[in-house]
Amino acid sequence: MNENPLIPLFGYFALLSLFAVGGANAAIPEMHRIAVDVMHWMSDRQFADSFAIAQISPGPNVIIVTLIGYHVAGLAGAAVATVAMCGPTCVFAFLVARTWDHFKEARWRIAIQAGLVPVSLGLIGASAFVLARSADHNIYAALITAVTAVVAFTTRINPLWLFAVGGILGLSGWL
Amino acid sequence: MSDSAAPSQSVAARPSLLELFRAFVVVSISGFGGALPWARRMIVDQRRWMTAEEFNEAFALSQFLPGPNVVNFSVVFGSRFGGAAGAAVALAGLMGPPLIIVTVLAFLYARFGDLEMLGRILAGITAAAVGLLIAVVVKMAAPLFRKRWDWAPLIAIAAFVGVAIMQWPLPLVFAVLAPISIALAWIRR
Repeated sequence: MNENPLIPLFGYFALLSLFAVGGANAAIPEMHRIAVDVMHWMSDRQFADSFAIAQISPGPNVIIVTLIGYHVAGLAGAAVATVAMCGPTCVFAFLVARTWDHFKEARWRIAIQAGLVPVSLGLIGASAFVLARSADHNIYAALITAVTAVVAFTTRINPLWLFAVGGILGLSGWL
Repeated sequence: MSDSAAPSQSVAARPSLLELFRAFVVVSISGFGGALPWARRMIVDQRRWMTAEEFNEAFALSQFLPGPNVVNFSVVFGSRFGGAAGAAVALAGLMGPPLIIVTVLAFLYARFGDLEMLGRILAGITAAAVGLLIAVVVKMAAPLFRKRWDWAPLIAIAAFVGVAIMQWPLPLVFAVLAPISIALAWIRR
């Protein structure tokens, strides 16, 4: 690469973070679009792997940006991507938190809150779709996805067990 | 004063900066598959720093703000109890341990990612993780789709189609749909 990749890495994630209403999972399709399709930082498979690693790691799911950053530019990339994704929104959250309570009953505040719920739902749904397209490349993978969805919806089982079953089935060579 | 632990009762003592840091470290390393349930357990059930209502409101604010919800929450919560220092300490507690762990994992993946065995395990985990995400979406969608002719499902579907099917950039989809959705929420109220 002849240009410093840290600059687009910072720029894309800083911009992305400001539109990620609904959390890191809402931003997955855009991360995929940028990292795989636009910038060619990683393959579809590597992106799906990063998602899996972020899921089995403790802590917030946003940690996937650290993995993407590391893949692009090592430790510096990991640091830059994480700061870009969390920095601007943290400052924003800090500023809003100081004033938000004063507008508890304000109509515009209630409208903003209610209005953003369906948008973030659609975005998270899109994430599931984009990831399913990367991950479920055969019938067995799709079956694991479907069964996990049903089990997670109907029970309160710790997700780690579901990941363990998925990993073991994957290791057994079905996928 | 009664010593009963009624859930609506006001909070216990204000946490010190060190307590804030340690609480968010614990939340972050226990929070597999999302840290929210652990944050709630720690803050409402165990330490009683907030009532359930206060927690819900602080979390609603974190969800409405752009960016990762739990990260926002640590800032909102930390700033309430310790200003800028509190926000920084809570954020450091939340992000520190996972950053170290995931950096090690990233290193291992860069080194061994080509191993076929590892690839197969990750493929299985990804398939399961996608299933988990679908379950979250369905849970979120249920209350929204109950009212059949409301505007909210249409907005959700439009956001989904724009990003997943048309593959338009997120900032574009957001810039169009968010104002419409907020305006509709305003009118409907």
